[in-house]
Amino acid sequence: MKIGYYPGCSLHATAREYEESLKAIVSILDIELEEVRDWACCGATSAHATNRFLSVALPARTLMLAERQKLNRILAPCAACYNRLASAHHAISRDKKIAARVQSILGSDFDNSVGIVSIAELLSEVTATIRQKAKAPLTGLKVACYYGCLLVRPPDVCGFDDAEAPNSLESIVSAAGATPVKWSMALECCGGGFSLSRTGSVVRLGRLILQSAIDAGAQAIVVACPMCHSNLDFRQNAMNERGGIEKRMPIMFLSELVGLSLGLSPARLGLDRHFVNPSPLLEQIGAAKTAQTRGENA
Amino acid sequence: MSRIGVFICHCGENIGRTVDCARVAQSLGELPGVVHAIDYKYMCSDPGQALIKQAIQEKHLDGVVVGACSPHMHEKTFRKAAAAAGMNPFLCEMANLREHCSWIHEDRENATDKAIGLGRFIVEKIKYNHPLSPIFIPVERRALVIGAGIAGIQAALDIADGGCDVVLVEKEPSIGGHMSQLSETFPTLDCSQCILTPRMVEIAQHPRIKLLTYSEVESVEGYIGNFQVKIRKKARSIDDTLCNGCGECQKNCPNSKIPSEFDQGLGKRTAIYVPFPQAVPNIPVIDRANCALFKGRAKGVKKVVCGKCADVCGRKAINYDQQDSFVTENVGAIIVATGYQLYSVGKKQDSELLCGYGEYGYGDIPDVIDGLQFERLASASGPTGGKILRPSDHKEPKTVVFLQCIGSRDPAKGIEYCSKICCMYVAKHAMLYHHKVHGGKAVVFYMDIRAGGKGYDEFVRRAIEENHALYLRGRVSRMYRNGDTIRVHGFDTLSGEPMVIDADMVVLATAMRPQPGIASLAQKLSVSYDQHGFINEAHPKLRPVETNTAGVFVAGACQAPRDIPDSVAMASAAASKVLGLFSKELLEREPLIAHVDTATCAGCFHCERVCPYGAIVRKEIKDGRGRFIKIAAEVNPGVCQGCGTCQATCPSKSVELEGFTDEQIYAAVNAL
Repeated sequence: MKIGYYPGCSLHATAREYEESLKAIVSILDIELEEVRDWACCGATSAHATNRFLSVALPARTLMLAERQKLNRILAPCAACYNRLASAHHAISRDKKIAARVQSILGSDFDNSVGIVSIAELLSEVTATIRQKAKAPLTGLKVACYYGCLLVRPPDVCGFDDAEAPNSLESIVSAAGATPVKWSMALECCGGGFSLSRTGSVVRLGRLILQSAIDAGAQAIVVACPMCHSNLDFRQNAMNERGGIEKRMPIMFLSELVGLSLGLSPARLGLDRHFVNPSPLLEQIGAAKTAQTRGENA
Repeated sequence: MSRIGVFICHCGENIGRTVDCARVAQSLGELPGVVHAIDYKYMCSDPGQALIKQAIQEKHLDGVVVGACSPHMHEKTFRKAAAAAGMNPFLCEMANLREHCSWIHEDRENATDKAIGLGRFIVEKIKYNHPLSPIFIPVERRALVIGAGIAGIQAALDIADGGCDVVLVEKEPSIGGHMSQLSETFPTLDCSQCILTPRMVEIAQHPRIKLLTYSEVESVEGYIGNFQVKIRKKARSIDDTLCNGCGECQKNCPNSKIPSEFDQGLGKRTAIYVPFPQAVPNIPVIDRANCALFKGRAKGVKKVVCGKCADVCGRKAINYDQQDSFVTENVGAIIVATGYQLYSVGKKQDSELLCGYGEYGYGDIPDVIDGLQFERLASASGPTGGKILRPSDHKEPKTVVFLQCIGSRDPAKGIEYCSKICCMYVAKHAMLYHHKVHGGKAVVFYMDIRAGGKGYDEFVRRAIEENHALYLRGRVSRMYRNGDTIRVHGFDTLSGEPMVIDADMVVLATAMRPQPGIASLAQKLSVSYDQHGFINEAHPKLRPVETNTAGVFVAGACQAPRDIPDSVAMASAAASKVLGLFSKELLEREPLIAHVDTATCAGCFHCERVCPYGAIVRKEIKDGRGRFIKIAAEVNPGVCQGCGTCQATCPSKSVELEGFTDEQIYAAVNAL
């Protein structure tokens, strides 16, 4: 399967390990990523908080480039990028006025024909392959699947999973052999872009999420968004200082968890780049060992 | 030469505002064959009708064209007026100048021209009309009522008390429906079973009612006055002529862990069971899916696994080999009263249009229950003996949150209509809870309070003011387990504050939906239903208990969400319609049906294949000496609905639809 690829800024910066692990697993899963040439920023929170039209036009440029590259759909692994691209696609297809303005500002023919998929949607399509190629299934690992705000909402824009009680991450995690726990914070906000401007709020929200995962018996949280990852991983010291959560919980990207089950080494998946060290957990479940002994030869 | 009268109605301002009625009358008056043409403010009024009658008599008219509203509205009115003046009513026709012209156009000049065209169309058609006489068909004075909840029970009793026989069919083992599950009823708080069970007994004892429980309608044939209904009597595995309802079999059944449907899964029952102590008939049924003996048989085990119920039955009434049986009943009218089911809150849905409320954890959190489950908790005959105890640990809940409009009025979840009863029963629940759990706190999240009905708003106010239920206007976004409690995240839109409440139990007032299987039943009866499955009434205001199929009526919550008083009123209305139908020996029908010219019919039977009503019969044609010539098509006048499909299909033009003959249609079209 060939699919367009829009890394967005984060996958080249704070979430390098997300791209590393993604590229490592797609080759095993027979997925070919073709990066959109000359892509630009999706606009993120800043654009849609200041100028609605800009927040549509910026992603539209990327969609136009993808169209020129004759891509049917593109993968946006970052949940925020995914949401902005999908929102722009949705707005242009629903609103003729916006479509006409976008057309004129792009100065080029644009059919809005490119679909956008999140990593959850893409991997949901290949759960059978994951299950089949999982050399080191993560049997016994209990994970809390964390969707955050942007992966499945709003339903009109995303629409591939239930917006209120989603299940796609759980099905992927199960395919990797791990056990998803039932918990109540899967769709809560992590604080998003307020990480620097209102750190206290981000820490407070993160603490609730972490505590709920701990209460549900999870050993790790799996995420599909660089912002969620950074807020939950990087802020755990602060959560302890201000809320007394002593336990450290590894936060893994979905691609990293799938990569482990496929037998890839933690280092190759970038798991050594996290603030909360996942090694003790990996050793506990034997994943690291299996991966090192069997994975790298493959 | 024809002598036609043209009468143009202003319909107050409705037509007169957009159409120059005087010009229409004048213009049509100039057509050949028109001898009289006038316009008048309200043609349907008494003086308006008098104008028509007077003109018929004075000018010896042989055709009347009334340019007014839709014939659906007043064709009967004007035909009656014509008949009163001595004219055959089928020589009177209407041109629709309102729905087809004035209501949909703005330009007066063009609208007037169009109105003249519409009038000319009918004038030319009516020149080819000829007198028709009504058709008379015999009526079987016996009614079928489908569904024996409160609506079906009321309808059956009314018809039977009116002196006609009734066949009452119920698919469950007992009659009573949802009303038998309720604790108390709004707005008077009288006990539901206390007012219902005497009627159930009356049904069982009424000499004019034949009760078929655990039975379903298999097929329906025939037409108004003459339906043949095949009914499947599902195998109870009990000989109901021998059983005396002693209950020994139930006591001895080893499998007593089956969730009870009557208690909405909160209580348990045995595999051989009577749904509830007051059941009518008081005869058990074996649930073959859960009975050890039948499970053994299904697996092919040779040995008889269990047989305890047969062993203890003193009357030898248990029959494990009983099969489904069929009976055919001839009836003249049918009332559909199949009732409702609740919206299933969990993620699993039976329809693609619905998506459930995964965010409420129904099914995952045992203390999140629906309205009917709360009824069972509050009912003296329920699994807790009427004590409000939550399902998970049987503790008394100190805080209960009630959520209204779960499913209803929520297009995102698939249902846009209001379920009508929830505002009232939630107020009742809050009240019952307050009466039974002293010091308990009831919190209600609502969108709007819709308490239209006698004593209804007063009832809700009582729940708020005297029973201190906290009403919060807003929705709940989600809820989840928080230790022993359920954390409810909601929003109070009146104070603008997010609300977080730790509840011991949550009750969801879920939407009312028609029963599963309603679509297949509706198809058997040839009645239409809306996108949700509710049976369509013939007219939302003027014919609320009739359906679009003559002789089939509707009552209760299978037509739309209904409370008990509404269902009972509808049932009595439907019963009186049936009794009205049965008041005559012969039934009069409009003669606008198809006729076959057997002389030219080649017997290809294309008409038989296309007829949606099965009205075409095959007839042997013989000559004067009784020798067989051919088989030709003939129309059963009782069944034909006059749709005209056969006429359009016939390759040899041997079929004509009275009132819409080719001659009439060509003349009309040529006039345009």
